[in-house]
Amino acid sequence: MLLIPCPYCGNRPEIEFSYGGQAHIARPPVPEELDDDAWGAFLYARDNVRGPHRERWRHLHGCARFFNLVRDTRTDRIIASYRVGTPCPRVEPL
Amino acid sequence: MQHFSILSLLRHGLRDHKGWRPQWRAAAPKPGYDAVIVGGGGHGLGAAFYLARDYGLRNVAVLEKGWIGGGNTGRNTTIIRSNYLFDKSSSLYDHAVKLWDGLSQELNYNVMYSRRGVLMLAHNVHDVQVFKRHVHANRLNGVDNEWLTAEQAKAFCPPLNISPDVRYPILGAALQRRGGTARHDAVAWGYARAADALGVDIIENCEVTGIDRDISGKVTGVQTSRGPIACGKIGVSAAGNSSVVMNMAGLRLPLESFPLQALVSEPVKPVVPCVVMSNTIHAYVSQSDKGELVIGAGTDIYTSYTQRGGLHIAQHTLEAICEIFPQFRRLRMLRNWGGIVDVTPDRSPIIARTPVPGLYVNCGWGTGGFKATPGAAQLFAHTIATDAPHALNAPFTIERFRDGYLIDEAAAAAVAH
Amino acid sequence: MFRLPKRGLVDHGAPLSFSFDGRRLTGLAGDTLASALLANGVHLTGRSFKYHRPRGILGAWADEPNALVTVIRGGGRSTPNLPATQVELFENLVAFSQNREPSLERDRWSINDRLGRFLPAGFYYKTFMWPKSFWSRVYEPRIRAVAGLGVAPEQADPDRYEHRYAHCEVLVVGAGPAGLSAALTAAESGCRVVVCDDRPLPGGSLLSAASATIDGLGAREWADTAVARLSSMTNVTLLPRTTAFGYYPHNLLGLCERLGDHLPGEPAGPRERLWSVRAARVILATGALERPLVFPDNDRPGIMLADAARQYLQLHGVAVGRRVVIVTAHDAGYRSAHELHAAGIQVVLADTRPAAIARSTPFRVIPDARIEGTRGTLRVSAITISHTGRSERIDCDAVLMCGGFTPSIHLASQSRGTMAWDAEVQAYVPAGSAEAECSIGAAAGRLELADALADGCRAGRDAAAAAGFAARRIGTPRASVDHSVGQGGIIGALPHGRDPAKVKAFVDWQNDVTARDIMLATREGFRSIEHVKRYTTTGMATDQGKLSNLNSLAITAAQTGRPVEAVGFTTFRPPYTPVTFGALAGAARRDLFDPVRQTPIHDWAVAQGAVFEDVGLWKRARYFPRASEDMQAAVNRECLAVRGSAGLFDASTLGKIEIVGADAATFLNRLYVNAWDRLAIGRCRYGVLLREDGFILDDGVIGRLAADRFHATTTTGGAARVLATMEDYLQTEWPDLDVWLTSVTEQWSVIAVQGPHAREILTPLVQGLDISADAFPHMSIGEGTICGAALRLMRVSFTGELGFEVNVPSSHGHAVWEAIWRIGQPLGMTAYGTEAMHVLRAEKGYIIVGQETDGTVTADDAGLAWAIGKTKRDFVGKRSLARPAMKAPDRKQLVGLRTLDPAKLLEEGAQIVGPDGGPSLGHVTSSYYSANLGRSIALALVRGGRALEGHRLRVAMPGGGIEVDVTNPVLFDPKGKRLDG
Repeated sequence: MLLIPCPYCGNRPEIEFSYGGQAHIARPPVPEELDDDAWGAFLYARDNVRGPHRERWRHLHGCARFFNLVRDTRTDRIIASYRVGTPCPRVEPL
Repeated sequence: MQHFSILSLLRHGLRDHKGWRPQWRAAAPKPGYDAVIVGGGGHGLGAAFYLARDYGLRNVAVLEKGWIGGGNTGRNTTIIRSNYLFDKSSSLYDHAVKLWDGLSQELNYNVMYSRRGVLMLAHNVHDVQVFKRHVHANRLNGVDNEWLTAEQAKAFCPPLNISPDVRYPILGAALQRRGGTARHDAVAWGYARAADALGVDIIENCEVTGIDRDISGKVTGVQTSRGPIACGKIGVSAAGNSSVVMNMAGLRLPLESFPLQALVSEPVKPVVPCVVMSNTIHAYVSQSDKGELVIGAGTDIYTSYTQRGGLHIAQHTLEAICEIFPQFRRLRMLRNWGGIVDVTPDRSPIIARTPVPGLYVNCGWGTGGFKATPGAAQLFAHTIATDAPHALNAPFTIERFRDGYLIDEAAAAAVAH
Repeated sequence: MFRLPKRGLVDHGAPLSFSFDGRRLTGLAGDTLASALLANGVHLTGRSFKYHRPRGILGAWADEPNALVTVIRGGGRSTPNLPATQVELFENLVAFSQNREPSLERDRWSINDRLGRFLPAGFYYKTFMWPKSFWSRVYEPRIRAVAGLGVAPEQADPDRYEHRYAHCEVLVVGAGPAGLSAALTAAESGCRVVVCDDRPLPGGSLLSAASATIDGLGAREWADTAVARLSSMTNVTLLPRTTAFGYYPHNLLGLCERLGDHLPGEPAGPRERLWSVRAARVILATGALERPLVFPDNDRPGIMLADAARQYLQLHGVAVGRRVVIVTAHDAGYRSAHELHAAGIQVVLADTRPAAIARSTPFRVIPDARIEGTRGTLRVSAITISHTGRSERIDCDAVLMCGGFTPSIHLASQSRGTMAWDAEVQAYVPAGSAEAECSIGAAAGRLELADALADGCRAGRDAAAAAGFAARRIGTPRASVDHSVGQGGIIGALPHGRDPAKVKAFVDWQNDVTARDIMLATREGFRSIEHVKRYTTTGMATDQGKLSNLNSLAITAAQTGRPVEAVGFTTFRPPYTPVTFGALAGAARRDLFDPVRQTPIHDWAVAQGAVFEDVGLWKRARYFPRASEDMQAAVNRECLAVRGSAGLFDASTLGKIEIVGADAATFLNRLYVNAWDRLAIGRCRYGVLLREDGFILDDGVIGRLAADRFHATTTTGGAARVLATMEDYLQTEWPDLDVWLTSVTEQWSVIAVQGPHAREILTPLVQGLDISADAFPHMSIGEGTICGAALRLMRVSFTGELGFEVNVPSSHGHAVWEAIWRIGQPLGMTAYGTEAMHVLRAEKGYIIVGQETDGTVTADDAGLAWAIGKTKRDFVGKRSLARPAMKAPDRKQLVGLRTLDPAKLLEEGAQIVGPDGGPSLGHVTSSYYSANLGRSIALALVRGGRALEGHRLRVAMPGGGIEVDVTNPVLFDPKGKRLDG
C-alpha cells in the first residue's frame, strides 16, 4: 500500500485514493475539429512509461481533490506531488 | 529432439538419466533472421514454433530479456476457458481451447491441460442475467457453457458454501466443463523445445533496446543487449512491457500496465475439484496438481512495472475466498507474487499488424493471456507470416480504438441499476 | 529418556501431556512439539512429498522442512502443515503426522522411493501423455491423491482474527542481540519503536548462548534485562510471537502475531492479529539460518542441523541423541560439539575441511572427512566417513550437520534492496537499500556476538537520528564468548566416492530434490536458477528454500561452469513464513465482508415480509409476498395494484447529487447529452450521460430548484461513478466553472407514490406546495413540507402512471412512509418491490442502465436519441458518436418482442436469430410476465432492430427456438395518457 503525499492533506495511505491515469491529457477544446485518429489517441493512447510517470490521483476519501504525482513506475518511488493547474516540477531524466 | 515417453523415461532411468540432452539450445544471436520474436513467454515461443512448423519460416529467433517463461507465463494462475460473451472473443478463446486439447501430444511435452471445469458464481440477480446471457451466446456458437443452480454447483464443487446466510449468497453458476488449468512452465518449455527442434534460436538474457527502421519506415532489425540483429519482421509479444517495446518504433498504444497479484496456499490433499471464479467478490481459486490452492487477485489500481503490489490487495482476495470457503481460513498463504499485465480499454487483446511495416504486435491480454496461449501464438504466427490477420484475429486490431469497434468484455459485465 | 535435568528454559516441574499419531506422550511447559518429541526419543515425524521417505526433525524453528503435522483442537479447528518445531506445546495437544498411508512407520507410497530412478526431476513432463484421455481421467487424479500434504479442514473456522495498524519511527525485526541493542538505543531517544520477534520469547540466539556474557551478565540475563527495559518504555511496542512476513512498498511491513495457538482450549480473544506497520526506518535484525550439508543419504531421521541440536539442548534440555556425529564445514560445528559434549553426549566431529582447526578438543575430530553415506531406515544408525585414505563406519543415533550460516535476507530482498555475494560467509548479504532500511548482525553476515551488538547500537542511533530524534549515547555492550562462531562454510554438494548419478543427496528435503536432480536439470539445458528451481521444484516447498537455496545455487553453478555470483539467486517473495488466510482476511466475514446499505424504510419492509435482493451494497425489497404467494403471484398483484389504484415504492437507493453554482447549467450542458439552459425552475428533465467514448454511462431525472441549483438523480449502482465523473471534469477540465457537487444520496429518502390515486393520497399530506394537475404537471419539482419534514417533491414516473417521488430527510423517511401508507391503504395502495418496478417500466419500454445497456450501447441504440440536444456542439461523448462504428447501420437497437404464445416467457440473455437461424442478432435484455397486459413481454437489443418491427425472428433455445414478433418497445399505454392519472 503506497504512502501518497496529497498536496492538500499530506501523507495518506493508498486506500484513501483513486487513480486517474496519465496526467496532462487535456480534453480538446473543440472535439469535433479532431479527426478520428487524433480523437482515438486522446481517448485511448497512453505513454505507459517505465520510469517517471506523471499521473492523476484523487484523494477520494479525504479532501476529494484531484492532484498529480510523478512516480517512478520501475520502483513505485514517488518523486513529486503537485496540484492541478500547476506545472509539473522538473524531473531528472532517466 | 529426444522423444519423451514412459519408455524413454525407463530407458534413460536405467542409465541414470545421463543420456538426456538440453531441451533447447542456449543459442547465441546470429547477425540476422527472417523474423524475430520479442518476448520468450508462451505466446512468443508458441508463435516461433508455429512460424517454423506451419509457415516454413525457420530462420527465426526468440529474444528474451531474462529467462523464458519468466514473465506472465510463469506468474499466472493458469485458468483456461473460452466462455466469453461476444462472438469475436469466444471464437478467439475457443480456438485456443481446442489447441490446448492435444497440445501435450503435439509438443510431446506434458503441459498437464486439466479439463476440470470452470465454475463462475452468480451472487445477485444481475449476475444471473449476465451469466445466462453468456450461456445462451456461447451455446449458439458451439462453445460449451451451462447454467447450474446453486445445488447443482455444490454437487459439482462440494466445498462451496451455498448457505443463504452469507453476505453474497450463491444463486447459481455458469460452468464450462472444457475449462480448466495447465502447467504454465511446461507450456514455455514445451514450445521452446519444439521450436528449437525446428531450428528456432531461443536467445535468453537478450533485451531489445531499439528497433531499426529504413527510410521508408520498414523495420530492418533490433538493437539488443547482445548486439544488433537484422531482421525483416518483428513480432512483439512482450506482455507487460508491450508499450515500452512499441515505443522504440515510435508507437503509442492504447495500453496501461498494472500489477496483478496471485498467491498459493501450502499444499493440501485434493479439496477443490475445479476452477471457481467470482467476479462479484473478486476472487478465483483452483488447486494445482501439487495440492496448492492457486488464488488470483485483482490488479492494483495504479500502473507499475515493479512486479509487485500492495498487501491490501492480497488481503481483500483472501477475504473473498474465505467468504466463499470459510473452511479455508486456517490454511496458510505460502507465496504471493505479482506480474505486469497490459490492459486495453476494452479488455480485449490486440493481435495485429501495426502502422510500422514489418512490425507486429500481440498484446493487451490483461489478466487473461495464458488461456489463449496456443491460439494467440498460432494466429500471431499467421499474421506475421502472411502479413495479414487470420479471420479469427481480424477484429483484434489497433484501429478498432480509432473506429469504435470495441470488443468490450468488461463493460458487458457492467454492474447494474 | 532424552531430557536432561535442570537444563534449558523449560519448566521441569510442569509436565504436559500430549498425543502424536494417537500415542500419549509427556513434555514440559516451554517445549515445542518437536522438542517434546525429541525428549521422548521420537525423530520420525514425517514422510517426504515425492518419495515418501521417512523423515525426522531437521531444524529447530521456521526452517523445518520435514516435521509437518496437523494439529486438531476440535470444533473445526484443524490446522494442517504446521512445522512441529514451531508448535508450542500445551496440555492435551493433539497432533498427527501427514502424507502417509496407513502410518508413518509403514507407508504404502514408499514404493515411490524404490521407483525413484524412474522418477527424476520433471519426469511428469515426459510421460502421462498416452493415451490422451488418461491425463484427466487416470493419471492426474492419482498424482493429486498422492501429492498434497495435510488435509484441509472441512468445517468453517470458528476463530477470530483481527487487524491493527501502527506507525513508528523505527521498526526492528528480530529481537536477538542485534535487534535488542538496536531497539534499546533507538528507544532511548524517545522515538516510537516497534520490535517484533517470531519466537515465543525475545532474545534470539542469546537464549541459547550458554557460554556468552555481555557486560558481565550471562547472555540470557542480559536479554532479560533488555526486554524488561523495553517493556517498561511507553514508546516501545514489543511483539513476541510476531513474524514480520512481508516488506511492501513505502516501508509498510506486514506482521502476524500469534495469540491463541500456544494456549489450550478455545482462544478467549483473536487467534492471530495482523499488523500493518508503516515505519520511517526499518532495522532488519533477522539473523541467519544454519545450512545443511549435501551428502549421500543425508535425510534419515536423526540427521539434523547441528545448531538445531544445540538449541534443543540449551533451550529445552533435550539431547537429540546419545552418540552423535557432527559433520561440519564451519567452525560453528565445534561450538555445538563442545556444548553437547559438556552435556554428557558422546560426540565425534568430522570436519570436511582439509586441515581441521588444530585445537585440543575433548572429543574426537576427524579432519578432511568425506561422507560416503548413512544407514538406518526409520532412524539413522551409522555413518560412513572416508578420511586419510580409508573408510570408517561409525555407529550413532544422530548425525548433525553444519554447513555454515545463511543470512536471512528475505525481507531485505523483498524491499528491493540489492544483494552482494560475500565469499567469506559463502552467501548473499544486503548491499544497497531501496527503502529506508538496513540489515544488521547475522542478517548482514556478521555472525559474531560482539559485531551484532555493535551493529545494533549504531543502527538504532542512526535510525532515531534519521527520524529526527537525538539518541542518548549508550555504550556498546561488551561481549565475551567461550566459543566464537568462527569461520568457514561450504555450499553445494560435498564430494564423495560414489557415483553422483546413483546416490540420493538431498538439497530440498520436503520436495525430495537431490543433487542429481539439479544435475539433470542443468544437463537438460535449464541454466537459469529460476528454471532449475521450477524444473526440480527445489525451494518451492513450505519452507520456501530456507535451507536449500544456496546449495542448489552452488550445484547449478558448478554444473554450468560459472561462479556462484554469476548465477544470481531466485526472487524472495512474501511471506517469509506462511501466513494464515484468516489473519489476512481479518474480521471481514458475512456483514463485515462488505458493508450492507439499508434504507430508512428497510425495517418496515422486513416487518412486511419482503424478500430482498442485493444491488451493489444495498439491500432492496424485491417483492412483498402475502401468505403463500410465490414471487410471480406477488409481482402480479403488485403490478395490478399500481395501475389499478396506487403503489408505494422505496426508491431511496437512487443516487442523488446536488449541483450548485452560477455555472451549474453550463456544467450540465457540457456533461449530459441534453440541453439544460432552458429548463425552467421547478421543472425536471430525463438526462442521459455518456462516457467520453460515446456509450451510455448513466441516466436519471434532473430537476431545477433554482437558477443555480439542480437536483440530479442517478441509478442506484451508478451513483459513485457519476459523481466521480462529474468531479473529474469539474476539477481537471473545467476548474474555471463555479459549480459545487454534493452527494445527497444518504440525505434524502425517496418514496415513490405511483398510480391513479397518487395525487389523492399525497394531497392531504403535502403542505406549502400546490400539487394539483395544473400547478404541478408531469416533470415538475418543488419544495414544501410533508408531515412536518422538508419535502422535495418530483412529479416523475418510472411506471407510466401518475407518479410522485417524495424526497424527505432520511431521518423522516420511515415516518413519512408510514403516513402515506395509512392514507393509501384504504384506497387499495400496495407496497411494491424492485421486481414489480422492473415489470412496470418494461411495459413502458423504459430502459434500465446495466440491463438494457452494457457499456456498448449508445443513446440512439437505446432509443434515446430524442434526448440529445440537437443544437449542442459538444458534450461528453459527442465526438465519439461520429466514429465509423457508431454510425454503422447494423448496430443493435432496443425493440420489444412478442412471443406468439402469450404464456411463453422468454429467458433473459437468450439469443435472437433470424427466422431460419444463423448467427446471433442480439439478445433478450428483459423478460417478464405482465399481469396488466395478460401476457409475456420482453425487451431486446437486435441488430438493425427498429427496421425489423413487424418482422418475425426466433429466440434460440436448447431443443429449438421460440418465434417472436419484433415490436415497438413501448407495450403499454403508448400514448402516455396515464401519466396524468
